[in-house]
Amino acid sequence: MVKSDFGYNSKIEGEVIVTRADAVVNWVRSNSVWPMPMGLACCAIELMGAGGSRFDISRFGMEVMRFSPRQADCMIVAGTVTYKMAEVVRRIYDQMAEPKWVVAMGACASSGGMYRSYATLQGVDNIVPVDIYISGCPPRPEALLDGMMLLQEKIRQEGGSLKRTFRGRTVETKIVR
Amino acid sequence: MEAAVLTDRFPRTQVLPSQDMPTYQVAGEDLLETVRFLRDAQGFDLLADLCGIDWKDRTPRFGVVIHLLSTTHKEYVRLHVGAVHDTVPSVSSLHPGANWHEREAFDMFGIRFDGHPDPRRILMWDAYPYHPLRKDFPLAGIEVPLPAADVAEVTGQTVEPAPMMGGPFVSPGGKMSEGEPSALDQSWNEEKPKA
Repeated sequence: MVKSDFGYNSKIEGEVIVTRADAVVNWVRSNSVWPMPMGLACCAIELMGAGGSRFDISRFGMEVMRFSPRQADCMIVAGTVTYKMAEVVRRIYDQMAEPKWVVAMGACASSGGMYRSYATLQGVDNIVPVDIYISGCPPRPEALLDGMMLLQEKIRQEGGSLKRTFRGRTVETKIVR
Repeated sequence: MEAAVLTDRFPRTQVLPSQDMPTYQVAGEDLLETVRFLRDAQGFDLLADLCGIDWKDRTPRFGVVIHLLSTTHKEYVRLHVGAVHDTVPSVSSLHPGANWHEREAFDMFGIRFDGHPDPRRILMWDAYPYHPLRKDFPLAGIEVPLPAADVAEVTGQTVEPAPMMGGPFVSPGGKMSEGEPSALDQSWNEEKPKA
């Protein structure tokens, strides 16, 4: 959490922290991103490496890989997206509950990579909105962790966290005091 | 196996010149009997490969190549069949392993396999209108709609030709030895250190 998000002076406030609801919500969300491993090629191997003990993605609260889109917050597109698979990627993205984020891991997911051919989608951002692009072919687990930390930073800076879209309309959650 | 074993039994069969293994040109009508004979009487019990070929200016334009392996004699044999009217008899009744190979040859070249139990595309989606490994198909692709209409509607995306030039790696053409794909920016490389 950014320091300015707190109003905390132990002499005056005692054990009370003053902050904004957005800051708290974003802090909670950023530290429990549940990824959906959309493993499509060799990048998925590095993704598994990031999940293992050596690189340990659970230091960032992201170890809970969910293979059901209904339970995931962040789709990590790890690998080459073919046109045949693009439909499935989009459908899985649609099945994820808001709020949701997408990470394009590696050259193929970001831009089609070296596959400039009739079969390969030239970047997954053609079909889903992407928050973070990670370069590399494939990126090392450190690069993935760096990207995920960037995503955390992005989540923490989101404004209007309690505004969510529902079926295309923006819905504001009312806080009942 | 002597070549005469095959050519005596199937007079339409011809020996083709080959660098590596015995190769025969087999007539489409003889193909099933030839493969059955090779499997049951000559021990060629393993279908190692089956693929299509686009000969471009030959008639028939397409051919199918079958590699058979004898696991007892440790021998290979190669059969080539011309696809008259783009059609070749399916050998998947004799070698079940040919099933997906034939689907791939159909998908990529448009060769139809007579008697195939499941003649669908295997790599591209069912509604795809082209056969991408044909010699007249551009590598970059041809624009067609996405496989799923609802996804296409939401995203406005089509299957578009992939950009070849301007990509990170471009082959400059010319001699192969000098035509190694390299980065466009040559301001620093192995010979010239970065300024």
